[in-house]
Amino acid sequence: MRDMTEDFPLRKNKTLVHLGGFALGLLLFPFVAQRISFIEHYLDVMVFVGIYSIVAMGLCLLMGYAGQISLGHASFFGLGAYISGVITVKYGVNPWLCMLFGMVVSAVVATIIGGPSLRLRGHYLAMATLAFCIIVTVVFNESIPWTGGPDGLAFIPGISIMGWALDSIVKYYYLVWTIVFVVLFLCLNIIRSRVGRALRSIHGSELAANALGVNVDKYKIYVFVFSAMVASVGGSLYAHYLNFINPASFDLFVSIKLLMMIILGGMHSLWGAVVGAALITFLSYEWLHFFEDAEVMIYGAIILVIVIFLPGGLVSVPAKVHGLWKGSKPKVKG
Amino acid sequence: MEEISFASQLLQYTITGVTIGSVYAMVAIGFNIIYNVTEAINFAQGEFVMLGGLVMVFFRVALNLPVVVSLPLTIMVVTAAGILLDRLAIRPIREPSVLSMVIATIGAAFFIKGAAMFIWGKNPFDLPPFSGRNPISFLGAVVQPQGLWVVAFLAVVVVLLTLFFDRTMMGKALRACAVNANASSLVGINVKYMILVSFALSAAIGALGGIVITPISLMEYDRGAMLAVKGFSACVLGGMGSFPGAVLGGLMIGLIESLGAGLVSSGYKDVFALVLLLLVLFARPSGLLGSAEVSKIKKF
Repeated sequence: MRDMTEDFPLRKNKTLVHLGGFALGLLLFPFVAQRISFIEHYLDVMVFVGIYSIVAMGLCLLMGYAGQISLGHASFFGLGAYISGVITVKYGVNPWLCMLFGMVVSAVVATIIGGPSLRLRGHYLAMATLAFCIIVTVVFNESIPWTGGPDGLAFIPGISIMGWALDSIVKYYYLVWTIVFVVLFLCLNIIRSRVGRALRSIHGSELAANALGVNVDKYKIYVFVFSAMVASVGGSLYAHYLNFINPASFDLFVSIKLLMMIILGGMHSLWGAVVGAALITFLSYEWLHFFEDAEVMIYGAIILVIVIFLPGGLVSVPAKVHGLWKGSKPKVKG
Repeated sequence: MEEISFASQLLQYTITGVTIGSVYAMVAIGFNIIYNVTEAINFAQGEFVMLGGLVMVFFRVALNLPVVVSLPLTIMVVTAAGILLDRLAIRPIREPSVLSMVIATIGAAFFIKGAAMFIWGKNPFDLPPFSGRNPISFLGAVVQPQGLWVVAFLAVVVVLLTLFFDRTMMGKALRACAVNANASSLVGINVKYMILVSFALSAAIGALGGIVITPISLMEYDRGAMLAVKGFSACVLGGMGSFPGAVLGGLMIGLIESLGAGLVSSGYKDVFALVLLLLVLFARPSGLLGSAEVSKIKKF
């Protein structure tokens, strides 16, 4: 049987170094970007990368660690966005409170849906989450008095922290990436805790985990709810950044893009989620503009190539290259 | 203007429901064929239907070939697509697991959809109906002749498939794979080839569905996903793996959708089938005609 620990590297010291380097890079990026004219607007894209990273990390925990498929995460993303949007626009409530409320509502919805859904497995679960996604999209489109329907919801206010308005891209960039790090720490903590070990045991074999006394149903729902709440936070940030949302930003296509992010990056790695989010976001917002007609086809090709040739995602590449570099030594199984 | 009685409205919705339900039944049958052999769900099933419609538009409208020529040509093209799907997306996967199969078929579905968008663009296309557009009046409701073709083709598919599975060697080999793939390979059945056949067959049936429904409801590049989900609902409703279940499920989903759209709300039309899917999955995953014990033994 495959050794699962290879999939979930736990080396603490290297992680801190990586995190530090990453944080430094992010900190300095705006200064670099503003100097070089042709990547100046990358700052804007990086805000979206941050937002989608948040959602992707939650999804990574659900799919990569707990092994549950979700094709409906864009719906939780959308739920957070619409709750933040509708309540700030219609009732002028503080955006942070709305974000919290969005998290609560997503948690409730996730509990209601998750309970019966997570008892399903494999393809059934995938289809159930797909159906959920489409239902939510239709609801967003049809609840015109609340959401504005397909025309969307406009004039969503921006966010401010204690009176200091975050009204420039740079300020929002730092806010979003700070939250990314907060979520990253939360996820890392979960992975290294008892809950994380329980999740990995479930992924390895539900039957065995059950036999060992792991409360499989409880943990599956925990992760599902957590990932839904995290997606909701991302949605709220999205709404307050763009100041406009419409149902098309939260449909099945977006759900599949989220899936692509963690598959491309590497399902079992939080870094993979961030890397995948960065690549897919840049592809969607920037690099594929030239190939607009072939965009969907390229996404399909990416998925197929990764699934067939690189199932571990991009984060598995350094290890593979390292292995090739060192030359293949025959492994002696003792 | 003539007043339309409630009874004739109901009849009209029923007729529409049976028509679209037949297409869902064909999609469901396609799902079942692949599921029976591989225990996997082919998320690209809906794309075969879409391809059937669009490729037929090419042969019939762009090249102006008569139906008797363009129909078999279309089916051959889409069957080839199904074979490519198996060879390029399914077979190369080294460690097949539920997750990798789901993702692979989703990737393939996306690729096919993207290719369709690339080739045909985003606009919907129309096909001339097989035997004219003169509606037939029936007890206060109206039946399109094409609708009769849809139901007729479903009946033909069901009959041919039954004969295939019961009376031909290949059909029996497929059934053997469905029961136990390992045992089948032990008796000399080439399981990988059977998987290929199942994909080819599913693609052909899906294509037929697309060809026959396009004159009624047009076809565009992104209809695949919705068709797939509703076809899957039909599958689950009727009992996964059961052909009579697929037909029953398809017709029921079609009826529920049509009656819901007409009597309750047309904006939420797509939701009816999906909510029903969720209810069936939560309450009775084995469906109407499936066996509860068997569904527990199955891999997922």
